[in-house]
Amino acid sequence: MNEFNWILALFRVIGVLVMMSAAVFACWLLSGRQSPKHVSAVFGWLLLVVLWGLGGYALTTRYALGLGAVTNLSDQFPWGIWKALVLCGIAFAAGGFLTACLGYIFRIRTFYPILRPVVLAAYLGYMLSATGALLVDLGRYHQIWRPIFYWQHRSVLFEVSWCVMLYTGVLTVEFAPILLDKFGWTRTSRFVHAITVPFVICGVILSTLHQSSLGSLFLIVPNKLLPLWYTPWLPILFFLSAIVSGFATAIFVSALAFWIFHKPLEPRVLTSLAKGMTPILLVYLFLRVADLTSRNAWMYVFRYPVQGVTFTVEMLLLTLPLFVVLKTRWSGRRRWAFAAAIPVILGVNLNRLNVAWIGLLPATGSNYFPSWIEITVVLNLLSFGVVLFGIAARYLPLFEHPDVGGHGTPVVVPRVTAMGPMEAGGHV
Amino acid sequence: MISRRQFFKTAATGALTIASARALLAESSVDPSASAGVLVDLTRCIGCRACENACRVRAGFDALPGAAIGYGPGDGRLSFRTRTFIDFRDGDTKPKQPVKRQCMHCLDPACVSVCPVGALEKTASGPVVYNESICIGCRYCILACPFGVPKYEWNSAFMPRVAKCDFCADRQAKGQSPACVASCPTGTLKFGKRGELLQEAKERMDAQPGRYKYRYGDAVVGGTSWLYLSDTEPEELGFPKGLPKEPLPSLTWKAISKLPFVVIGVGLVLSAVLRWRTRGALEQP
Repeated sequence: MNEFNWILALFRVIGVLVMMSAAVFACWLLSGRQSPKHVSAVFGWLLLVVLWGLGGYALTTRYALGLGAVTNLSDQFPWGIWKALVLCGIAFAAGGFLTACLGYIFRIRTFYPILRPVVLAAYLGYMLSATGALLVDLGRYHQIWRPIFYWQHRSVLFEVSWCVMLYTGVLTVEFAPILLDKFGWTRTSRFVHAITVPFVICGVILSTLHQSSLGSLFLIVPNKLLPLWYTPWLPILFFLSAIVSGFATAIFVSALAFWIFHKPLEPRVLTSLAKGMTPILLVYLFLRVADLTSRNAWMYVFRYPVQGVTFTVEMLLLTLPLFVVLKTRWSGRRRWAFAAAIPVILGVNLNRLNVAWIGLLPATGSNYFPSWIEITVVLNLLSFGVVLFGIAARYLPLFEHPDVGGHGTPVVVPRVTAMGPMEAGGHV
Repeated sequence: MISRRQFFKTAATGALTIASARALLAESSVDPSASAGVLVDLTRCIGCRACENACRVRAGFDALPGAAIGYGPGDGRLSFRTRTFIDFRDGDTKPKQPVKRQCMHCLDPACVSVCPVGALEKTASGPVVYNESICIGCRYCILACPFGVPKYEWNSAFMPRVAKCDFCADRQAKGQSPACVASCPTGTLKFGKRGELLQEAKERMDAQPGRYKYRYGDAVVGGTSWLYLSDTEPEELGFPKGLPKEPLPSLTWKAISKLPFVVIGVGLVLSAVLRWRTRGALEQP
């Protein structure tokens, strides 16, 4: 019985058309409200239109037919790449709480200029890869609000959902001044400045909680997750790797953003971040090795070929940057700081994929691999993030930071004005 | 003196959190030995699948076609409509002992502990039941269950449900035994209070040590309401390998219970750093 379903077809066509026009509109905004001028720009427009068009098809099909029809998930393997994307996205967004902590709490002036771009990246990370991915992944996506009213304090997922909700609020407060400044709502902007520091403290607490809790999610499956990754230390390891990832994504986001939009950025910003990342990365790797050794788990590298390879690649990616940042000849160079950040980001993301997907395969007897629709949705969510960041960078005062004095330190920094009224003349 | 105010705020929040966590911690003190249980004496099972059929009918699905003794129609695994089935364990080389599979109704179930909205509940009378009206479809219960019991309605686009054996909680409330137990013609399944069944299992093992060699369910993951007696090793019968004796939720609780201390610790450290970096008052940087 393969009757042609007109309603579904219409739904899909509408979805594809809406997404394609959204892509054209986004490209038009990105290129400064102009049609494409160069061949490369035309190619970029086409790429996004095709990707979002496929996304329109994927999303409409998912919502029309359900998870079973579009994903390779099964009762054997109920969590797939969309749940893994939540883990990866939140690890990527760790840059937000980290730079906010360094800027607003530790008051390290070097990092003031990158606060806005990195916080925006974190905001988008939470909105798209956490909330967005869950809206696609939850069987009853329309019930996503339920944890607000139905409490279950023993559930890690309950804790995570509350932390993510509250932290998204914190990020809104941290991000709001950009919008308020843009529209000239100075008084509201000042008020938000005034309450920022307590919010940042709450944000760091919430991040500590949920970044580690994402690891605790898998404490319940001691017989399913491969011993290469299953350890009672999962929460601690997830938290430490989130900090490492935070440093790396702060480097990545600020380097790329300032470079693409031709804004000057002190080289010191990136190298300081790389230097800050090093000790945490060392502690993390030490704990990983100590943990694997104490549990005598190394042999699993050879017992499971696929997991052995992904584990080895993960460890190599996380070790590689040490050679860069510990080499004094390179450690002062901006491009090497950037070069160190890339493998760290890849390594942390691979770690999340290993824990949420690859490390679960042998014991569950599953050979889950995401369907093309699952992959398309992931690529779409990621591209939404990139495009929204680009649009924000183009139209919002994202790189606006206070004057930089002779020694590379901001003279006045109203952006991090904490409590009390902002001093007049602070921001020019 | 903002940081001092901050300090008190943080400390107060922390104390409150600890207090409420403690209050919540007080576990519902259900005596598992008085709650419902089933003793499955696998040495008596002939694999007639009457239980499987009765369960399907009771859950509102079609009866198994024909006399389906032994191999035959049916899903051959737990699925959305098959909440219990007789596992003939294809591929084994040894003489096959049919094994009835269904929810084990753990005393401290992983599925109940992981559900973020409390859609799953271990009732005081024994059954682990699913409340479909609260479920958000996160499928964490399916991932967490060590026995692979909860199944998902994958083809539902709008209101997919989780399906699992509910121990016929409705029949139990009416004083009846579960449908599968009522249908068993060989006395393989015995319904009763878990404490008494455990006692009986021990007695049977003592009386006929040659026939009953293994008991499953009294200790694994903190104990289950369903108990098994067999002459074959449980792992050989397809029960999961490498499960701890402690309840799985306690693995998670060790981490979650640190939450108040993390809140207070991080809050204090940050306040201290802020105070140090701003020398007591928040001047303009």
